[in-house]
Amino acid sequence: MLLNQFLFLAAVLFCIGVYGVLARRNAVLVLASIELMLNAVNINLVAFGAYRHNIAGQVFALFVITIAAAEVGVGLAIVVLIFRNRASIALDDADLMKG
Amino acid sequence: MIAAVAQVQPGQPLQLPHVDWVTIGPAGIFFVGGLAMLLAGVFLRRRVPRGLWSGTTVVIAVLALWPAFHLWHQIASGGARTAIADAVVVDGFSIFIDVVIISAVVMAALLTDGYLRRENLEGTEFYVLMLFSASGGMLMASANDLIVVFLGLEILSIALYTLAGFQQRREGSQEAAIKYFVLGAFSSAFFLYGIALVYGSTGSTNLGVIADFLRTNSLTNGLLLGGFALLIVGLGFKVAAVPFHMWTPDVYQGSPTPATAFMAAVAKAAGFAALLRLFVSTFNTYRLDWQPIVWALAVLSLLVGSVLAVVQTDVKRMLAYSSIAHAGYVLVGFQTASNRGVAGALFYLFAYAFMIVGSFAVVTLVSGRGDTDASLDAFRGLSSRRPALAFVFTIFLLAQTGVPLTSGFLAKFYVISAAVEAHSYALAIIAMIAAVIAAFFYLRLIVVMYMAAPAAEGEEAAPTARIPIAVGAGMSLTIAVGFTLVVGFLPASVFDFARHATLLKL
Repeated sequence: MLLNQFLFLAAVLFCIGVYGVLARRNAVLVLASIELMLNAVNINLVAFGAYRHNIAGQVFALFVITIAAAEVGVGLAIVVLIFRNRASIALDDADLMKG
Repeated sequence: MIAAVAQVQPGQPLQLPHVDWVTIGPAGIFFVGGLAMLLAGVFLRRRVPRGLWSGTTVVIAVLALWPAFHLWHQIASGGARTAIADAVVVDGFSIFIDVVIISAVVMAALLTDGYLRRENLEGTEFYVLMLFSASGGMLMASANDLIVVFLGLEILSIALYTLAGFQQRREGSQEAAIKYFVLGAFSSAFFLYGIALVYGSTGSTNLGVIADFLRTNSLTNGLLLGGFALLIVGLGFKVAAVPFHMWTPDVYQGSPTPATAFMAAVAKAAGFAALLRLFVSTFNTYRLDWQPIVWALAVLSLLVGSVLAVVQTDVKRMLAYSSIAHAGYVLVGFQTASNRGVAGALFYLFAYAFMIVGSFAVVTLVSGRGDTDASLDAFRGLSSRRPALAFVFTIFLLAQTGVPLTSGFLAKFYVISAAVEAHSYALAIIAMIAAVIAAFFYLRLIVVMYMAAPAAEGEEAAPTARIPIAVGAGMSLTIAVGFTLVVGFLPASVFDFARHATLLKL
C-alpha cells in the first residue's frame, strides 16, 4: 500500500492549517484552519489503520470528527459573543491584556 | 473496546466488553451529577435557596470519594488492574489524581457561590461546567488507551474554554476565552498528530500494548520520536510549560477568578497525569530520548516563570507566571522518571492545588465587584482592612515560596531530592535558584499587604472599601489553609499516599 503518499498529504495539510492559524486574523478562518489540522490527522489515522489492518485508526478518526464538531461549536459561540460586543472578529483586536 | 471490535467478522454478533462501572466511578459520578444538576436547574430556575448549587456540587464531589476509596482498598489487596477492555486502568496513580481533582472542585465550588451572587450570574451552569471538566480530567488520569486520553483532554478543555468566557459582558473574559480556545485547540491538534504517529509506529492505541511493543522492539525511525515530541508539545500547552506558556498570563488574568483557580489546579493536575502516564509508564524504555527534552522544558519553565513574575504589577498575572514556575518544579520530578520523582511530582500537584485555589480565592475577594481590579495597589494595606485575609494570603504565598512548615516546602524538597538522587545536579541547583528569584515577588506582595506606606504626594491612597467575605469563600479558604499548614507539620500521611500511588507499569 502507498502509505507514504498519505502521510505526505496529511503533513502538507497539517502545515497549511498551522500557517492558517498563525497568519489569519479572521477568527472564523482560524477555526477553519484548526479543522484542517484535525482532519489532516484523520487522514494519518485512517492510513495507518489501513496499512496495519487494524481498525483502531478508523474508530479513532470517528471520535476525532465528533470532538472536532463539539469544539467548533464552542469556538463559534465564543466568536459570536465577541462579535456582539465589538462588531469585529479580527483576532488582533483582542489585545486588552499584554505583558 | 477496540480489541473487541477488531475481531468482528461479517455475520458474527458484536462482542461488547464487560463494563465495570466502579472503575470509572469518580468520573461517572461527576458526569451524572452534572447532568442531573443541569436538568434540575432548568426546572428550579428562580426558586432555590442560597448556596444550593454550590452545596450540591460539594456533595457530588464528596460522593465521588467513595468509589475512589473503594478502589484504593481493592488495589491495596489485589494490585492494579485494567478494566473495560483495557481502555481504563485502575492504579494508585489514577486514584491520587482523582483525589486532587475532587479537592480542587470542592474548594472552587465553595468559592464560586459568593462570586456568582456578587456578579449577578447565579445559575447551575458554572458548577455543571466545572463538574464536566473535572470528569474529563479524571478520565485522563485513568486512561489506558490513547483514545481515552484524547477524549478526557477534550472534555476537560472544552468545558474550560466556556468557563473562561463565563463573564459574558466583560471584555477581558471574552478575550481570555478566545485566546484559550484558539491556542487550546491548536495544541490539541498537535497532541492528536503525536498520537497518530505513535499509533502508526507501534500499531496500537492501547498503552499496555504499546509498552510491550516498545520493550521487545527497538524502533530507529523518526516516526516514534516525532510522535513523542508532538505529544510533549500538546500536553506542554495544557500544563503551561515554557515555551508553550504564552496563553497562561492572559487567560488567567481575563477569566473569572474562581474559574482561574479551578483551571490552574485541575488542568495542571490532569495534564501532568497524562504526561506521567504516557512517558514515565508507557514510553519508559525510551526515556533516554525524552528526558533531555523534559530537562530543557523544566529549566525554561523555572527560569522564565520566576523572572517574568517579578515584573508583573497585576497579582493575577503574577500568580499565572508563578504557576508556570510551579509547572517547572513538577517537570523536575517528572524528568527523573523514577518512582521517587513521580511520588514527588504527585505530592507537588496535591499541595499546589490547595495553595493556588486558596491564593485565587483571596484574589477573588479582593478584586471586588466586576472582578477587575487585582493590581498590587488593590492589596495595599490589606492587613489593616482584613487582617485575617491578609494573614491567610501570607500563608499561601509563603507556601508557594517554599518556606519550611508549609506544604510548599516539602513539595519542593521532594522533587529536588528526587532530582539529586537521579544525579540531575544541575537541574536541582537551577530549581533552587528559581525558588530564590520567586521569593522576591511573593515577599514583595506580603510587604505591600502589611507595610503600606502612607500614600505619597500624587499617589493614590490605599483603598479603604470593606471587603465582604462570603460564607462559602471562607470555608474554601479554611480548607486550603488547613491543608497547607497541617501537611506542612505532618507530611507523612500525604507523602505515603503519594508514594503508594505508583503507576501500573514502572
